[in-house]
Amino acid sequence: MSELSVNHLLGIKYLNKKDIELIFETADHFKEVINRPIKKVPSLRDITIANLFFENSTRTKLSFELAEKRLSADVINFSASQSSVKKGETLIDTVNNILSMKVDMVVMRHPNPGASVFLSQHVDASIINAGDGAHEHPTQALLDSYSIRERLGEVKGKNVVIVGDILHSRVALSNIYALKLQGANVMVCGPKTLLPKHIDKLGVKVETNLQKALNWCDVANMLRVQNERMDISYFPSTREYTQQFGVNKALLDSLDKEITIMHPGPINRGVEITSDVADSKQAIILDQVQNGVAVRMAVIYLLASKIKQ
Amino acid sequence: MGQKMLLNATEVNIILHRLACQLIEKHTDFANTVLIGIQPRGKFLAERLTKILKEDYKIKHVKLGLLDITFFRDDFRRGEKPLEANTTEINFLVEDKNIVFIDDVLYTGRSIRSALTAIQSFGRPKEIELLTLIDRRFSRHLPIQPDYRGRQVDAINNEKVKVNWLENEGEDAVYLISN
Repeated sequence: MSELSVNHLLGIKYLNKKDIELIFETADHFKEVINRPIKKVPSLRDITIANLFFENSTRTKLSFELAEKRLSADVINFSASQSSVKKGETLIDTVNNILSMKVDMVVMRHPNPGASVFLSQHVDASIINAGDGAHEHPTQALLDSYSIRERLGEVKGKNVVIVGDILHSRVALSNIYALKLQGANVMVCGPKTLLPKHIDKLGVKVETNLQKALNWCDVANMLRVQNERMDISYFPSTREYTQQFGVNKALLDSLDKEITIMHPGPINRGVEITSDVADSKQAIILDQVQNGVAVRMAVIYLLASKIKQ
Repeated sequence: MGQKMLLNATEVNIILHRLACQLIEKHTDFANTVLIGIQPRGKFLAERLTKILKEDYKIKHVKLGLLDITFFRDDFRRGEKPLEANTTEINFLVEDKNIVFIDDVLYTGRSIRSALTAIQSFGRPKEIELLTLIDRRFSRHLPIQPDYRGRQVDAINNEKVKVNWLENEGEDAVYLISN
């Protein structure tokens, strides 16, 4: 069996197609494991993993922690809000202090883009990026592609539109890299103010009309409007955003095919997606959450197998 | 690299029938017994024995499962190559069942140790037995012995015992390969 070409998962940008295939094949095995009566394997008994969350997270943190525990790793958790970071400690000092307690792997979410790349250059541990600012969120993109592959058979050749706040979204960027790498056609759709200039340079189509975008796609990945990252107003009102870019049942019924609806969560029900759509058969939002654990187990397992004894 | 044939197709066939009969002697109609092939190589032997039990000895219900032990092995991060996983297919509960583990070659016993741990994820079996086609003597690292054995082989450590199957390699045969 081949192994990953990287020692850290810093972003999809650093992976190749074979890496993604290997992660998915390994995730298939772990998906079977997490559906057993006893959902745990002892592979990582001698590995200690630190989850460093310098930014709030519920789903990703739980998912990583569950993945680590299902692999029998020892886990320590750290949240910036309760730590010495508030007292003025630098990132490298914080992490080195944690590593001196013999930690093998670090899962980190940080508000600054590039934080995990920076860390990987300065500390001696395997780093997994769990989201760095508006840059990348690689495990989310992997589980999104894995969920598309599970639902539609393959990712190659599929039309995927990412709708919403592309400008502030690390999920969007990682998804674009991952989908392009696997041969999917990608479109971004949202209000002009929330589409980064020159995004078309990444090889994606750009659309500002949701109806047209949905008519084109097989899969729509609905993103949340990230109000917490907005320092200015990007659209007149939430109501107007919903009217232009919210997906509802009537809109889906007006299409001539049944498309798959995804959402990385947390959902703002009634804003980017209505409740009846979020809870419909077309939505695979909860499958994404379950796949998230299997995909993260695969990533952790494959990176851990590269840590020297 | 030399290779010597230990068993030919006829001999393999005779041994498979004997093993099938020994299983019937103990488990009669297999009502509370399940066969578990240890992936990857135990699969072929387990499937072949199931076929013989069903077709030649008319036992209607033989339950067969396949168990992958990759994530339960004790050599993770210790070898040159990463460990490659295979599929596990156990579509039944093993709670209170009599289990027969099936593998082609018993060597150090470490795979079986892993399998004993792995099977616990599917319940608490009543009893576990071990069937192997080839039992390499004097090479055990753990106190594990087969309950049913096809043939005992004395091989030194740098020698390898290779079992070929018609379905996979195009012939039924067992070879001793020396480097």
